[in-house]
Amino acid sequence: MKPQTYNCPLPGGGDARELVLAFDQGRDMRVLVVPALFDEANRMRRFTVEVMRRLDGAGIDSFLPDLPGCNESLQDIARIEPEDWATAMHAAARELGANRVLAIRGGGLILPPDLGGWHYGPVKGASLIKTMLRARVLASREVGREENLDDLTARGLETGLELAGYALSAEMIRQLQAMAPAPRAGLTVIDQDALDGSPLWLRAEPDESADQADALAAMVAMSIVA
Amino acid sequence: MTASTDHKLRRLLGDVLGLKPEQTDGFTADTGLFGHLPELDSMAVAGLLTEMEDRFDIVIDEDEIDADTFETYGSLLAFVKAKREAA
Repeated sequence: MKPQTYNCPLPGGGDARELVLAFDQGRDMRVLVVPALFDEANRMRRFTVEVMRRLDGAGIDSFLPDLPGCNESLQDIARIEPEDWATAMHAAARELGANRVLAIRGGGLILPPDLGGWHYGPVKGASLIKTMLRARVLASREVGREENLDDLTARGLETGLELAGYALSAEMIRQLQAMAPAPRAGLTVIDQDALDGSPLWLRAEPDESADQADALAAMVAMSIVA
Repeated sequence: MTASTDHKLRRLLGDVLGLKPEQTDGFTADTGLFGHLPELDSMAVAGLLTEMEDRFDIVIDEDEIDADTFETYGSLLAFVKAKREAA
């Protein structure tokens, strides 16, 4: 595994070099891995890289690019919209020569166009937002501040809102509320049931599961061979 | 329905806390949750609520939730059962 960068177009023009974790040996099969979003990105990152290690062992190259405003990116997430993430993934796919995509959870909402592949653990944008709004309401309550979901949502849609430590723009919240995984020819949906274990994105503490990483990597590798 | 609600809620808590079924089988009505399990922070509880809505096909309003709801396994189970009966 090697860290490298890709050229990420930025909203309003210009571009930035963003990080990519790459298992690249110039092999035929090249999988772009689109990460989970927000707090789930942290809980799913180790699992995601463990799946990539297994794909590497199975003779498949894979790439995990940063989304602008997330992970190591220096961009201000408050200026980013989901469409910018999709544009970034498109640029990464082209620069890295990816011919398949593996999206994790909310990553399936920002797929590059035209690529087939797999979407593990699909989730609606509205569910991601609602969970983060709830966490904020609960955390505020613990410090004696009353907030409620409806007021926060209205405020978020008007002026943006900090959720789970991310300063989200009004446009980010508005677009995500309406986004749902769309069926795509050549894109296989992999539900949690297929991995035979409990979903790691639900875990209170980041965790790992070698069995689940084996299962997901095997499904990807076998469908490529087939 | 009651037995399966109990079973599903244990399994869901196991998923969130990373516990095996044999561990969650040991939960009693008095087993402490929020405030007793340090890993059950607001983000984890929020995820738990969203997942409860999905798995039990209920809608949870934040106003219905207070510290007592998550105080013990028994209080959480009673909450879910009441929601399912009302649904």
